[in-house]
Amino acid sequence: MRRDSHALFLLPGVLAFLAVVVVPFLMNTAVGFTDWQGVGSPHWSGLANYRELLRDTEFWTSFRHSLFMVVAMALLPTALGLVLAAALFDYIGKHFGTRIAAVLRACFYLPQVLPVAVAGIVWSWILAPDNGSLNTLLKAVGLGSWQQDWLGDPDIALYTVMGVLVWVQLGFPLVVFMAGLGRVDPQLYEAAELDGAGWWRRFRHVTLPQIRPEVYVVLTWCTIAALKVFGAVYVLTKGGPGGATDVPSYFSFTTFFEKTQVGYGSAISTVLTVIVLALAVLGLKLQNRAEAT
Amino acid sequence: MTRPTAVRRYPVLLALCLAALFMVVPFLIVAVNAVKSPAEYSRNGPLSLPHGLYLDGLKDFWQRVDYSRKLVNSTLISASVALLATALSVLNAYAIGIGRIRFRTWVLAFFVLANMLPQEALVYPLYYLSKQAGLYDTRLSVIIVFTVIQSAFGTYLLSAVLGQFPREIVEAARIDGANKWQILVRIVVPVSRPTLGVLLVFFFIWTWNEFLLPLVMLISNDNQTVSVALGVLQGQRLMDATMTNAAALLGVLPAIVFFLVFQRTLTRGIAVGAVK
Repeated sequence: MRRDSHALFLLPGVLAFLAVVVVPFLMNTAVGFTDWQGVGSPHWSGLANYRELLRDTEFWTSFRHSLFMVVAMALLPTALGLVLAAALFDYIGKHFGTRIAAVLRACFYLPQVLPVAVAGIVWSWILAPDNGSLNTLLKAVGLGSWQQDWLGDPDIALYTVMGVLVWVQLGFPLVVFMAGLGRVDPQLYEAAELDGAGWWRRFRHVTLPQIRPEVYVVLTWCTIAALKVFGAVYVLTKGGPGGATDVPSYFSFTTFFEKTQVGYGSAISTVLTVIVLALAVLGLKLQNRAEAT
Repeated sequence: MTRPTAVRRYPVLLALCLAALFMVVPFLIVAVNAVKSPAEYSRNGPLSLPHGLYLDGLKDFWQRVDYSRKLVNSTLISASVALLATALSVLNAYAIGIGRIRFRTWVLAFFVLANMLPQEALVYPLYYLSKQAGLYDTRLSVIIVFTVIQSAFGTYLLSAVLGQFPREIVEAARIDGANKWQILVRIVVPVSRPTLGVLLVFFFIWTWNEFLLPLVMLISNDNQTVSVALGVLQGQRLMDATMTNAAALLGVLPAIVFFLVFQRTLTRGIAVGAVK
C-alpha cells in the first residue's frame, strides 16, 4: 500500500476549505489594504486603513471591551467552574449521590444549548427598565433604589452584558472539569485525605494539578470565544448605549454592512484574526506541554 | 481526619442548589409570563403567578413571524449541516488518522486553525462570493458554509480518535481483499459510531444556534432561521413586553427539547472533545 494513497479522501475537504475558508480569508486580508466600498473596483491603499485604526478611538474602545469579555467568558467561568465542579464531583457526588450531582450539572449547562440570540431576548426582557423582572423584584424586596436601566445606562451596560455572558458560559467549563475529575485516580484523594488534607488543600494540591490540561483547553476556547462575541452584543445592546458595549466583531459588522467601508472593516477583522490565531497557537502549546507532563 | 457532619454538608448542598436555581430561574420566569394576558402582566407585573392559561399571545406571535416556517428552515439547515459536516469530517479524518498521509501534522494544524478563525474574517467575502454565485439569501449557501466550518472541528476531533484505531482490524480487512473505501464504510464508520453520534448532535445544535453568518446571508423572511428571526426582531426594538416574552419562550423551547433528548451525548461529547 502506497503511503500517500489515502490522500484522495482528503480531496473533497481540501476543495471545500479552499472555497469557503482559504479564498475568502485571503480576499479579506487583501481587501484590508484597499479602500473598497463594496461596489466598483478596489484601490490599493497600502497601510492607510491600519494607520487610521491606530488613531480610531472606537477601535481601541472595542478591543478594550474585549478584555472585559475575556474576564466574563473565560476567567470568571473557569474559576467558578473549577470550584463548582470540584464541589459537585467531590462533595455532592460522594455524600448525596451522583444522581443529584448530574441534575445540578444539567441546570448549570442548560444555558449553553440556548441560541445566544434567544439568551439575549430572555435577558433583555428580564432586565427591561420598566416592568422588567429584575427591577420589579428589587422593588418588591424594598431595594427600589437599586433599580437601574441595566442595559441602557452607559456606566452599567458593559457589566450587565458581562453578567449575562457568565451565565451563558459557565456550563462549559463545569462539564469539562467534571469529566476531567472523572479520570483522576481516586487513590490520590484517599492518600491526601489520610494525610489530613482538608477539602481546600485537596482542591489545590490534587484537583488543580490533575486537571491542568482541561484548564488550558477551557481557557483557550473561552478566550477565543470571548474575542469573537457577537450575537449577545447584537441582541442585548447593539454595541450601545453610545458604544459602551461595542466589541471588535460588532464594530467590524457595522463597518462592513452599515457604513459599507469594506476595506476598513476587513482591516479590523484582520487584526482580530491575528490576535485570535496567536492566542490559539499559544493555547495549543500550553495544552501540549500540560499533557506531556 | 475530620468527617464532615450532616450539619456541614447540607449548607453546601443548599448553596449549590441555589446557584443552580439562579441558572434556571430565567427560563421559569419566561415560561410563567408567556401564559399571562397583557392586562394581567401590566396589572401584576412579571413576578406574580398566572391566573389562567392565556395562549393567545403565543399564537399571535407564532402567526406574526410565521414561526413554523422558521422552525422548518432551522431544522432543514441544521440537519443537512450535521449530516454533511460529519461525512466530510470522516473523509478528512480517515486520510489523516488512518491513512497517515504525508504532512498530516500540518494538515491537521490547518484544520485546527481554520476552526478557530473568527467568522468576521470570512463574512464579507462569503457575502460577496455568494452574491456572485447566485446563492445569496438561499438556505443552501448557509448549509455549504457551515458544513465546511463545522467539519474543521470534526476533522480535528475525529483524526485524534481514528489515530488510536486498532491497526490490526484495518490490516486484517486489507488482507481479506477489502479496498480503502470498503474499509472506511464497513469497518471504520461502524466502529466509530459513538463519536459520529456526538458530532451529529453537536453540529446540529451549533448550527441551530449560529447567528452572524445566517444574519448576513439570509435576509428574506422566508429563509430565516429561528435565531436570526428572533434576533432581528429584538434588534429592531419594536416588540412590547408580551411579544418579547412570547419570542423568548418560543426560542427557548426547542433548545430545551434538544437538551433533554441529547443530554447524555452532549455531556459525553464535551468530555471527549476537550481531552482530545
